[in-house]
Amino acid sequence: MMDQGVIYFPSKPAIIGSGVVAGPVEKNSVFAQDFDRLYDNERADEDSNEKGHQTMVEEACQIALKKANIKQNDVDFLMSGDLVNQMTPSNFAAATLQVPYIGLFSACATAVSSVIIASLLTELGGSRYALAGAGSQHNSVERQFRYPVEYGGQKPGTAQWTVTAAGYVLIAKGQMNSPAVEAATIGKVIDLQQTDPFHMGAAMAPAACDTITRHLKGRGQKLADYDLVMTGDLGKVGLPILKEMLTKQGMAKQDVQKIRDAGAEYYGDDEAFLAGASGAGCSASVFYSYILKQLNEKKIERVLAVATGALLSPLTVQQNESIPCTAHAIEISMK
Amino acid sequence: MFVSIVIAFIVGGLICVIGQLLMDVGKLTPAHTLSILVVTGAILDGFNLYEPLIDFAGAGATIPITSFGNSLTHGAIAEAEKHGWIGVLTGMFEVTSSGISAAILFGMIGALIFRSKGQQP
Amino acid sequence: MDPKQYDNLQQSISPKPSILKNCLKAFLVGGIFCTVGQLITYIYISYFNFTEKTAGNPTVATMIFIAMLLTGFGLYKKIGQFAGAGSAVPVTGFGNAVISAAIEHKTEGFVLGVGGNIFKLAGSVIVFGVVSAFVVALVKLILVTMGVANW
Repeated sequence: MMDQGVIYFPSKPAIIGSGVVAGPVEKNSVFAQDFDRLYDNERADEDSNEKGHQTMVEEACQIALKKANIKQNDVDFLMSGDLVNQMTPSNFAAATLQVPYIGLFSACATAVSSVIIASLLTELGGSRYALAGAGSQHNSVERQFRYPVEYGGQKPGTAQWTVTAAGYVLIAKGQMNSPAVEAATIGKVIDLQQTDPFHMGAAMAPAACDTITRHLKGRGQKLADYDLVMTGDLGKVGLPILKEMLTKQGMAKQDVQKIRDAGAEYYGDDEAFLAGASGAGCSASVFYSYILKQLNEKKIERVLAVATGALLSPLTVQQNESIPCTAHAIEISMK
Repeated sequence: MFVSIVIAFIVGGLICVIGQLLMDVGKLTPAHTLSILVVTGAILDGFNLYEPLIDFAGAGATIPITSFGNSLTHGAIAEAEKHGWIGVLTGMFEVTSSGISAAILFGMIGALIFRSKGQQP
Repeated sequence: MDPKQYDNLQQSISPKPSILKNCLKAFLVGGIFCTVGQLITYIYISYFNFTEKTAGNPTVATMIFIAMLLTGFGLYKKIGQFAGAGSAVPVTGFGNAVISAAIEHKTEGFVLGVGGNIFKLAGSVIVFGVVSAFVVALVKLILVTMGVANW
């Protein structure tokens, strides 16, 4: 083995299909043209936010299966998670899909942790096809972590907007002409005593920094070896903090400047979204549409996708505890 | 009438500025800020200071949440004056029932006819 | 990197809230809410036989009705993002806290959802209002009984 938490997949599990669905607000996203389906209704016409969330998870999985032309019965595993208490949207979606399932929680980093587990299962030969991904739904997350949706509280400029979206991939044994999961790094939980729940970027940046550094060291790579390094939802404030941290560690400034963040770019320059997008759906929808498309079109060859997650609950915040964070990374390549 | 509207505007606005400072400088949540303002209103009435402010500023003093604390204390003190310490307990909602009853009633009606719209920021 | 060092780094990059601008916005919007309240008071005095003293209660109820409409149509959260305390401190903010919680928890049913959560946000205001009023009135009663103060 190499460094702590770094995994190498010699069989190069392939991403043979992907499905990304998103809500109505996400129509304005700069990534929207790469999404497979956009709903006109944030509840997907269901009667509760959580049911709408579940429908989006199911739909994203079905789209991924359809694209790869694989039947539901041939899928051996579903690795999924979301931000609602006890991951009920994922649980209910798994009940509908009838695929063996483990619910995972790494907050917004579940978008990548699920793919790591699915790749491991495939690498071990235990899985022919595995679905993996994550989602989030704005209303259900807001009401759980913050206030009722219609409450008129003022958010500071560092706050982020939870995305309504779900992104899922279908992972199969390594094959030509599909993006391959070559390596991964599992995040440590990093807690630098940040306490502001309206400033997740600052809480999560150190976790992203640690994971990126460990991955590069473990793989014997430099930032320049990648065509694209993208973090999940650090936002417009968190991203510059990460860049500053990496620069301070002695990484080449021109390479650090090229790091992109899905959350920071998600809604473009619209100031109503404050510091940008966040949520498991943010990283999942961008990684598994935009990035895979770029790889499939061979515009880029090697990507490091780092999903960041803040592992807090409303309870820990009210009990004055800090915000522990993590970041999981996958290295995807296209040959 | 025009003068009293201007006074209401200025006094009400200033009370809100105090709230904003508690939130921005004191780093308090809205719930903490409003609780502090209510307690402040209650204490001010203990010194007979809030009623003069209402006479001066009208809605500028009755609309901010400080007025809720004031009315609670006012009711309690008025009853205490008449009935002693039992009045402290029983008089509290004597003056100010409308805020809470209206909020409950319109909350229920709101829940009946509206759904949350998270669609736009 | 230790937490303190990191906090300095983080704060050197994070944007600061513009307190002056926030206060101006709070002043403006809070002032407007109170002006509306003053106009409603006049209406009750002029047309409905209320006096300066008794017009307060119907005014508050009317303001909360306005808050219900603004909340239901999704406008109060926009005003709140702009105005901060300017829309939180007036009684409409109390109404918004109650009504938004009621609307939010409708899916859990009217008894446990709406009934159980309606004061989720605004409850603390009532609790601290009542407790502080009790303490203030009691202290005053004791002081008056002792002859130190007057009603």
